[in-house]
Amino acid sequence: MTGTSRPTDDTQQFDATAVVRVDHPVIELEDVRKTYRTGSLAVEALRGVSLSIGVGEYLAVMGPSGSGKSTLMHILGCLDVPTSGRYWLAGEDVGAMDEADLAHVRNRRVGFVFQQFNLLASMTAQRNVELPLMYAGVDRVERRALALAALQRVGLGDRLEHRPGELSGGQQQRVAVARAIVTDPDLILADEPTGNLDSVSTADVLEVFDELHASGRTVVLITHERDVAGRASRVVRMHDGMVVSEEDSVVGARA
Amino acid sequence: MNALETLRTGLEAIRTHRLRSGLTVLGILIGIAAVILTVGLGEGAQAKVSSEISSLGTNLLTVSPGSSTSSSGIRGGFGSASTLTIQDADALESKTVAPAIAAVAPTTQSSEVLTAGNSNWTTTVVGSEADWLQVRARTVTEGRFLDSQDVADHADVVVLAPTTAEELFGFEDPVGQTVNIAGVPMTVIGELDSVGSGSSSSSTTDEDDEAIVPITTAAQQLFGGTSRDSVQSILIEATSSTTLTAAYQETEDELLVMHHITTPADADFTISTQQQLLSTATSVDKTLTVLLAGIAAISLLVGGIGVMNIMLVSVTERVREIGLRKALGATPVLIRRQFLVESSILGLSGGVLGAALGAVGTQVLPSLVSQPMSLSVAATVGAIVIAMAVGLGFGVYPASRAARLAPIDALRNE
Repeated sequence: MTGTSRPTDDTQQFDATAVVRVDHPVIELEDVRKTYRTGSLAVEALRGVSLSIGVGEYLAVMGPSGSGKSTLMHILGCLDVPTSGRYWLAGEDVGAMDEADLAHVRNRRVGFVFQQFNLLASMTAQRNVELPLMYAGVDRVERRALALAALQRVGLGDRLEHRPGELSGGQQQRVAVARAIVTDPDLILADEPTGNLDSVSTADVLEVFDELHASGRTVVLITHERDVAGRASRVVRMHDGMVVSEEDSVVGARA
Repeated sequence: MNALETLRTGLEAIRTHRLRSGLTVLGILIGIAAVILTVGLGEGAQAKVSSEISSLGTNLLTVSPGSSTSSSGIRGGFGSASTLTIQDADALESKTVAPAIAAVAPTTQSSEVLTAGNSNWTTTVVGSEADWLQVRARTVTEGRFLDSQDVADHADVVVLAPTTAEELFGFEDPVGQTVNIAGVPMTVIGELDSVGSGSSSSSTTDEDDEAIVPITTAAQQLFGGTSRDSVQSILIEATSSTTLTAAYQETEDELLVMHHITTPADADFTISTQQQLLSTATSVDKTLTVLLAGIAAISLLVGGIGVMNIMLVSVTERVREIGLRKALGATPVLIRRQFLVESSILGLSGGVLGAALGAVGTQVLPSLVSQPMSLSVAATVGAIVIAMAVGLGFGVYPASRAARLAPIDALRNE
């Protein structure tokens, strides 16, 4: 978290095949602000957030409703762009990108896990997991193989042909996790992933995140549950659009 | 994401909403079937009319009286009917005046009751001359036709068409028998051939049911009228189809002289060719076809609006899905393409099914409505292309809306 190795070459074009240099942090935010305007009303959702997340970190973002953690997540996931400030994702300045470039970045650099699972009901688990690969232009045979591997990794190798409606909540969220990791992204971004799950399923899904972390993935998890945050290696607390504290996990991973 | 996958995604979306997609397709289907059926009906009618008219002969001219609207604006049909006379016809028969004219037949006609013994029959009595047979391209199967002597003598003779003969005399030979026409006893001298136009719907007279008498006899003894020399029309046959224009010119020049008219625009007669008749008849049918096709086009437009409506509903309903796809890496271009493919598929399936229904219709309908119909390949292919274009065109706006959705707004939607 040195923040000193900021890329100087921030005009470089996005290149899917570029090897991510390990010396870059995965995420580098510099005084990021976000203001939403609804009519004449301006809401400052982020008021100058600076944050650096290194490769292989497991970071939890905590904060009450309206603290700006969802806005932060949208900006981290390139679903939205900052009003001001700069954001480097895996060494690339994403602040200046257009809609199509952002789509490519989301496709290749970020894996999303949502509170609502967001699986397509008409598709089987396997087809859902294949979806980001389809947008990446991966051919069908390779797509099937990668989707199978990702589903096996989350323990659903035997549920390939099930549709979301035929799976439990925990299983659906594990399909979503498989979809997030199938493109081998630089960053896995989870927004309240256990918010809609019972305690057994929550444990299931968090187990998967632990394993991902253990295998060297970078995970950012947004939650308001203390014990969920407790599994992370670092916790960032937000309040009123600002980071109010950063601490290494005090609870201990398996308390 | 390649074209095949875009297509597959579109098909999946359509399959997911079967009923809705089916109803949308139905809208297009009806529009396309209507287009094909109306075009088929119009073309069938045109083909029928032109075959009927060309069977009458192509080197025929018809002179009718009372062409131009008079300067006073109002002119009765009766007055105008007397502008042509037997003398006009006689003048045209001169080979020096009109070398391009092969035959001239002045005609008058009226509906009369014919009686023979206990039978009576109402039919069209035509007064004409010997050339009538040649001009109308008819032949006599029994006896003989009128000759110039009959005309000169105001002879009380008649030639019957086959249906008329049968109605009056059954299967007896009519030649030599006597028929009363308007109280005047006439001797049957011949019977015409049959042209088999019994079921004709567009001809005003049945050519197998008429009686031909000398025009002089008709004028003096049968029809009466103010001017005994006036005729209702003069039929003229040119020497060949290549001299038709010359015959037209000679007729016009001679009649202008006869009527003491200096400018052709003031002519009190009209000369029409079979070609003109044909084009008039077909243009009437064309107008009808355009009208029907216009109605069909409107129904297609309504179908297109249906597609747009459904696609807009689909976009609104699938806001979350669109947001998710965008979060997973779909670019606006891909989203737009996906929705365009979906609406094109709806349009295309409507087009293909509509064309199939139209094709079946052109086979089945003629026997039900007794109207000829022809299936035009060009119209069918065109209709399918139009249907797809309608789907595509009316899909542009909904697809653009989908593409413009911001991913966070889309995902936030509950």
